[in-house]
Amino acid sequence: MHSYDYALILAFFVLVLLPAPWLGRFYYKVMEGQRTWLTPVLGPVEKLCYRVAGVDPSSEQSWQKYTLALLAFNLAGFVILFAILLFQQYLPLNPQQLPGQEWTLAFNTAVSFVTNTNWQSYSGEASLSDFSQMAGLTVQNFVSAATGLAVLVALCRGIGRRSAQTLGNFWADMTRATLYGLLPLCLVLALFLVWQGVPQTFAHYVNAVTMQGVDQVIPLGPAASQIAIKQLGTNGGGFFGVNSAHPFENPSAWSNLFELASIILIPVALVFTFGHYVKDLRQSRAIIACMLALFLIGGGTALYAEYQPNPALNSPLVQHTAPLEGKETRFGTTGTVLWAETTTAASNGSVNGMHDSLNPMSGMVALVNMMVGEVIFGGVGAGLYGMLLNVLIAVFLAGLMIGRTPEYLGKKLQAKEVQLLVVTLLVMPVGVLVLAAIASVLPSAVAAVSNPGPHGFSQILYAFTSASANNGSAFGGLSANTPFYNLMLSLGMLLGRFGYILPVLALAGSLAMKKTAPIGQNTFPTHGPLFVALLTVTILLVGGLTFLPTLALGPIAEQLTLGF
Amino acid sequence: MASFLRPALSLMLLMTAITGVVYPLVVTGIAQVAFPAQANGSLVRDSTGNVVGSVLIAQDFTGDNWFHPRPSAGAFATVSSSASNLAPSNPALAARVKESAVQLSVPDQGPVPLALLTTSGSGLDPHLPPEAIRYQLARVAAARNVPVETLEQLVQKHIEQPLVGPPVVNVLLLNQALAQLKS
Repeated sequence: MHSYDYALILAFFVLVLLPAPWLGRFYYKVMEGQRTWLTPVLGPVEKLCYRVAGVDPSSEQSWQKYTLALLAFNLAGFVILFAILLFQQYLPLNPQQLPGQEWTLAFNTAVSFVTNTNWQSYSGEASLSDFSQMAGLTVQNFVSAATGLAVLVALCRGIGRRSAQTLGNFWADMTRATLYGLLPLCLVLALFLVWQGVPQTFAHYVNAVTMQGVDQVIPLGPAASQIAIKQLGTNGGGFFGVNSAHPFENPSAWSNLFELASIILIPVALVFTFGHYVKDLRQSRAIIACMLALFLIGGGTALYAEYQPNPALNSPLVQHTAPLEGKETRFGTTGTVLWAETTTAASNGSVNGMHDSLNPMSGMVALVNMMVGEVIFGGVGAGLYGMLLNVLIAVFLAGLMIGRTPEYLGKKLQAKEVQLLVVTLLVMPVGVLVLAAIASVLPSAVAAVSNPGPHGFSQILYAFTSASANNGSAFGGLSANTPFYNLMLSLGMLLGRFGYILPVLALAGSLAMKKTAPIGQNTFPTHGPLFVALLTVTILLVGGLTFLPTLALGPIAEQLTLGF
Repeated sequence: MASFLRPALSLMLLMTAITGVVYPLVVTGIAQVAFPAQANGSLVRDSTGNVVGSVLIAQDFTGDNWFHPRPSAGAFATVSSSASNLAPSNPALAARVKESAVQLSVPDQGPVPLALLTTSGSGLDPHLPPEAIRYQLARVAAARNVPVETLEQLVQKHIEQPLVGPPVVNVLLLNQALAQLKS
């Protein structure tokens, strides 16, 4: 590694960790409807939204009503996006006259963007109009992230409130998250990206004749505005097919750093938001410590693994250095690995190099990050509510060990809560293992694989892990644009999204109704190093034990055949 | 359920207007004024004003008198571009790399830099590491009948070294400068 590699890693952590306490407090104030410095500008827009929608932001909803509102909103978004994708040839801003998507592909794409997954079985520049990208995908990039944030604050309120019947107002939460939480940051990032070279125009594709006289079409579009939100909203769906590896999507080492930091900027800050909700920032620091530990273990492993030359390329004529297949020169090994680690730790799923071509152990780190349920910072909102589920499981395990009713921040965890926790524990195993097993025995599904041997299995495993974890990255060689994969992966995405959201909101409702017990001498403290260790081990064991056999069949077997 | 219909639909449409129309238009408006060159694709023109490409999009160069870019898995197609997605264990990768190495190897210059043997993630990587450019110096100098030192200076001028990323040379810009070099 060179000095610029260390500079990148250092700058990344500074950009992500330094603003987090301030930004976390900002999100708390915004979501609680308090006045911030943005209120003079965005307040009137917010009020207009409520008036048109006929919503009173101060009227609170029970967890059931909150859930119904969320489902109605997501359904409306799905129907509109599905229609846009099917019928884009009849809609404006289609200078390349692109036809509508085939229905299973449109279904997959619509589910993918509504669930904040952004799995892409299509290539944007070849199949989507500017209108579909803007009014369809960009919108869902915003509101799916806002939905995640709404669910998180509902859970925070459930834990923080005592003997309460309500969790807040979904319409207000979603509107505030979008307007104050996402739009201003996106505007800044989008302009920075244009400065670095990302196109932002409504002009036609440009026809160039290269210096050697070959025709070259240069695809353009309103890319920067979409790329900003796909990074900040942990969406990950590229404007261009090859995502942030595309020089128009990620033109320089600097754009790489800022896009990279944007992936987990909000998820890190939200951990502090939680601390404000429960009025105990020590809890935030404990959770951050656990997330950082898992992040560093994964990142360190992947960096080490990816700097090993590929022994299959050994030849006196071939330079013996870290693999470059699928990587961009301007990012190098460190810039690509740090991205792969971050994009899978958070449920972003954008890529700046091809994960299919990563060394087996770095590819496995990406898989494990997703398999543990996207809780290492994770998606906007989704990461922390997933992490809080693990916190409750760790508290439950600790309770079993000391033989007392488990308590978290004064809330007793009883049979109902534990049942809901178990439901969420089943989501990833069902989504990954059952669906991938079905695909692995169907000859037509296996035919989609592009690499021989264990890696072929890894491609299928990665697809269903990515879908169920709502990540969206891929081992891209898999030919996933078939009706089978489009529909099965949609199922995984829906399961991975609502299989968490519904139990989480039920849990939030149940916790809100409880009294808060005073912290006694025998209460297990959840802010110390002992708890951080317990939480970290819980996450690794629950994920590890469930998925270890599949990892042995995929990346571990591939590593052994390569023999290094 | 009907009580959820109005807020769901109207907020969805409002968000579409705000984040899907107003936001991209505002970004476009500011970008077109503040950074017009980048916002329109960082186009490169020749002396007569014709577009010969984009600074950021690789184009193929063949023949001994040009610097060659990284190979492209999608044959430099731009709509849409693609990667090989070959796994490290895929025998096709080793076969392709070793075959290219035989073709590109220059006696007495050591092994071929890996960047010249591997395809990028985008298929449109506009850069090469300086060592991969230098590996081609002797060939280009001989074909153009210019001293290697002259080319070395030209390459040196085109090396970009950002603080947070590896040093790179833009192949199109280098070749454009090469074309203007008086031999």
